[in-house]
Amino acid sequence: MTTMMRSTVSVGGPASLGFPRGAARSGTGDDAAIRLEVRNVYKVFSADPKPALSMLRQGASKAEVLEKLNVNVGVLDASFQVRSGEIFVIMGLSGSGKSTMIRLLNRLIEPSSGEILLDGKDLVSMSKAELIQARRRNMGMVFQSFALMPHLSALDNAAFGLEISGASKAERHKAAQQALEQVGLGTYAHRYPREMSGGMQQRVGLARALANDPTILLMDEAFSALDPLIRTEMQDELLRLQREQQRTIVFISHDLDEAMRIGDRIAIMEGGRIVQVGTPYEILSRPADDYVRSFFRNVDASKVLRAGDVARFEASNTVIRLPGELTPALHQLRENHHNFGYVRTQDGRFEGVVSQTTLERELNGPQPRFVNAFLPDVRTVNAATPIHALLGLVADTEWPVPVVDDDHNFLGAISRALMLHTLVRGD
Amino acid sequence: MDFEIRIGKWVEDLVTFMLDHFQPTFDAIATVVNGFGGAVDFVLVGAPAWLLIGLIVATSLWRVGIGFAVFTVASLLLIVGMGLWTETASTLGLVLTSTLLCLLLGVPLGVWMARNRVVESVVRTTLDFMQTMPAFVYLIPAVMFFGLGRVPGVLATVIFAMPPAVRLTALGIQQVPAEIVEAGKAFGCHDRQLLFKVQLPNALPSIMAGVNQTMMMALSMIVIASMIGAGGLGNVVLQGIQRLDIALGFESGLSVVLLAIILDRITQSFGRTAAAARPARFALLRRFLPVPAR
Repeated sequence: MTTMMRSTVSVGGPASLGFPRGAARSGTGDDAAIRLEVRNVYKVFSADPKPALSMLRQGASKAEVLEKLNVNVGVLDASFQVRSGEIFVIMGLSGSGKSTMIRLLNRLIEPSSGEILLDGKDLVSMSKAELIQARRRNMGMVFQSFALMPHLSALDNAAFGLEISGASKAERHKAAQQALEQVGLGTYAHRYPREMSGGMQQRVGLARALANDPTILLMDEAFSALDPLIRTEMQDELLRLQREQQRTIVFISHDLDEAMRIGDRIAIMEGGRIVQVGTPYEILSRPADDYVRSFFRNVDASKVLRAGDVARFEASNTVIRLPGELTPALHQLRENHHNFGYVRTQDGRFEGVVSQTTLERELNGPQPRFVNAFLPDVRTVNAATPIHALLGLVADTEWPVPVVDDDHNFLGAISRALMLHTLVRGD
Repeated sequence: MDFEIRIGKWVEDLVTFMLDHFQPTFDAIATVVNGFGGAVDFVLVGAPAWLLIGLIVATSLWRVGIGFAVFTVASLLLIVGMGLWTETASTLGLVLTSTLLCLLLGVPLGVWMARNRVVESVVRTTLDFMQTMPAFVYLIPAVMFFGLGRVPGVLATVIFAMPPAVRLTALGIQQVPAEIVEAGKAFGCHDRQLLFKVQLPNALPSIMAGVNQTMMMALSMIVIASMIGAGGLGNVVLQGIQRLDIALGFESGLSVVLLAIILDRITQSFGRTAAAARPARFALLRRFLPVPAR
């Protein structure tokens, strides 16, 4: 992970303002295996989908098809790939087709056309028996309204999938108990859904989906019915579970903050179409169209973005520390008109900040040393810090604030100008 | 304008035709119903009154509560005191037999109805017909097919009392929340698992309401069916009418009412627990056990 991050950073230039969140959060890079692939999937709600499909293929919109043929279009030419181990959020307003989309992925709704490949195997062409096997082995699902069986205890609810697959009682109870413990409900195994709060019920829903150890987790507005405090708690819980054992998660949400918070990548849906797919930072900084832009207008960038997303790395003000070699550093700063320089070791670890003034002072002294040229009271910030927590620090600090990762590698710095630029982006 | 449509005559012809050609079938049905009904009657009427009363009171106490158990004791002792215990036990037997038959036929029919549009429209019409036709009318073909006695009484009652069982089963299954059915499918249920592990358990409160309704309707019909010799409390009611005996009429009528209240409350309690998932089993015990920290 360390090498990956450093290589991203050292490319330099504006294109690498951020570092991949996936890499930071779950070790998923762009090269991770593709677990789920959706290819040109359409869903029209009609006994005979052909006329509607041909209209859509000729470029008609959802509204036009509804008007002309009185046929509802759920999903329109959707194509995307979900990589192994990532949280892929599909986001859109109600009626955008996102709930239909997730139900197409396990064929709760049959697609009208297109392919859905799970580990390279097409789900759409599977027989009913094969599909049932795929659902039992590979897929777990969490629902907005929890959808627990009211007549079963938390333990039996969590064991539901295994019971359906024919696991023995001892076996399924053991797995279900483990799943309940994973979501922090180990002692509530014998409670019934009606005896639990919404948050607890959804934990059971999550445990039920985890119990048969699926490779793919489908979560349909899983936290939308919970109140905001519990919702954040559940998001943290999901991120924690994801750190422990990486699953591939497709998460539906209408809540942008939620999508930005948990998504490694986000797909934005509008009118049955997938308008843009990208990391939160990519979508925020380069929205594909006005719809996406308007979506993000009210987003508080300072809460969504982290120091690592914003920090700018510039080779020209980054100095590699060679013992006693202060002169080249001073020249580098002078030539590039930088007042401050960021000193790191040869293997990339951050050491301190120097200025032209302190370097000159040292060079004029009897025994020039890098350590003595370091500015006092330099504070570094971790890449994962949300930038709203940095506003004060950046404003009060004379030099751009250095950003480091967990291993104290130097990632770049945030100047006041850069901070302002980030906050007023695009508006 | 002078024309007539002799639909009554056609039905009569149909009944005659069936009598001529399907007698063995009716005999077979009669044997089964009579055998089963006879066995239930033998047990309930044959058992000592205190034993049966004890069982009913214990059930009241378990399902409903102490207050209702006291009411049950008082009611049953009143019935014994009025000298109508044997008839009441016999009526209870007839009601239980009819209700059981209603459920055996009605629940599967309700399931089928919930899953199939065509079946639904056919069954719905038939049920409307069955419920609105005056109850006495069933007695005529019942007597013609099965003669007088317990069997036609029970079968006429089954026809009269079955609709709620069918309807509420279908309704219960249709009302299972869509996401719960989706959850069943998403975790890999095949059709039969979906029915038995998801739909029926979730429809249970509604089905129990159907059981309650069916039982109440069976009780009202079985009294009427005494006109064709079904026996039980209905016979006494009939005697009261024939002799204009107010005392006898009131006593027998009161017994029917008391039996109805007891059956109603007990079956309702099963419906309630189905709605609230499990009965609070060991609730008393749990109160004294340490509760895991919240």
